[in-house]
Amino acid sequence: MLDKTGIAKRIAKEVKRGYYVNLGIGIPTLVANYIPQGFDVVLQSENGLLGMGPFPFDGEEDADLINAGKQTITTLPGSSFFDSAMSFGMIRSCKVDLTILGAMEVSDNGDIANWKIPGKMVKGMGGAMDLVASAKNIIVAMQHVNKAGESKLLPKCSLPLTGVGCVKKIVTELAVLDVTQQGFKLLERAPGISVEQIKNATLGRLIIEGDIPEMHLD
Amino acid sequence: MNKVVDNADEAIKDIQDNATLMLGGFGLCGIPENCITALVKKGVKGLTCISNNAGVDDFGIGLMLQTRQVKKMISSYVGENAEFERQLLSGELEVELIPQGTLATRCMASGYGMPAIYTPAGVGTEVAIGKEVRNFNGKDYLMEYAFDADFAIVKAWKGDPHGNLIYRETARNFNPMMAMAGKITIAEVEELVPAGDLDPDQIHTPGIYVHRIFKGVNYEKRIEQRTVRKS
Repeated sequence: MLDKTGIAKRIAKEVKRGYYVNLGIGIPTLVANYIPQGFDVVLQSENGLLGMGPFPFDGEEDADLINAGKQTITTLPGSSFFDSAMSFGMIRSCKVDLTILGAMEVSDNGDIANWKIPGKMVKGMGGAMDLVASAKNIIVAMQHVNKAGESKLLPKCSLPLTGVGCVKKIVTELAVLDVTQQGFKLLERAPGISVEQIKNATLGRLIIEGDIPEMHLD
Repeated sequence: MNKVVDNADEAIKDIQDNATLMLGGFGLCGIPENCITALVKKGVKGLTCISNNAGVDDFGIGLMLQTRQVKKMISSYVGENAEFERQLLSGELEVELIPQGTLATRCMASGYGMPAIYTPAGVGTEVAIGKEVRNFNGKDYLMEYAFDADFAIVKAWKGDPHGNLIYRETARNFNPMMAMAGKITIAEVEELVPAGDLDPDQIHTPGIYVHRIFKGVNYEKRIEQRTVRKS
């Protein structure tokens, strides 16, 4: 089974040279730590920055320089600033190659729910609805089951949707799956996890073809 | 042109109860601190505030929530704000949550003189309820109207008496498109320089969009999430 770091490491392997990537809050943020050095990847922060760098050193924080999670950050050589309309313009016009975000539920046709739980205080969707409605490639980083042990990979989302038919790939603590027209297609197992365990944790349609390899993280 | 006013109190003096305001900023980054303080002091009530976020309990728009001056927030994310949550749950405060890109583009449309935009954000979700859906090239889009705001209140790094503005780093965020969208736009700046000192090639907001400008004082520029790495 993978921990959060493991999920982030596995997703980092999906990041290709020359990609512009938007990372959501939570596990997706960790992905930045595992993109190989010198890989020529540019991170977009939707509050208005291309070329996001690591956190600043203590004492070098700049209140004017934050990421979409409101954390202090730095810029890398070649970075640029822009306003919020342009930021979502580049997202809407598919200039961003890959979006990685978290989810509460994903359905087997690629619908995603990640912004609202009825009955609980709703904080808002932020930029998530814009990102999922337009991104060319969306990878979801999530837990396969919730704290009660119930599957979060469903035939139909029970929570209010963020977007429809948009998720392309899911990486969980148990597996890597593609979202296809026929449902979740199992691609890889996490170390030490059996196909049976993945079947039991997946409520949506699951396609298992041939031997499913164990994933490589390094 | 000389659009300079003395201070925030003078800049906001004609904002009345029940006005609709746009307030620039993302989180606490690039917010018009001086004008918010002046609005609290003036005590105008029943405000509708269009702003990406609603501040924190004791800073930013949170200060106007403490004094119950806000009737409605139109935002994309309202974050960690206990007083906000209390007022929302008790029904004292109305909230309209809209996608961040839609928020930015509805401001932009207003400043570009366009009545509405089409965006795919929210198609198939509860955001789409009651909205016109139109298909272009095989994909569905929602029609979203341009905002109509009485005042836009923005914060820039540098400005001149003509109202030309330059923002700094990610403090730019919603400020440029809100500056374009207000019937009256008020800009507070960290540095107010004489006309001619700003390079025309570097201006982010041309002065035509700005009606009043003043040099702000005592900027706190609070950091919401201080994150650092080890040396």
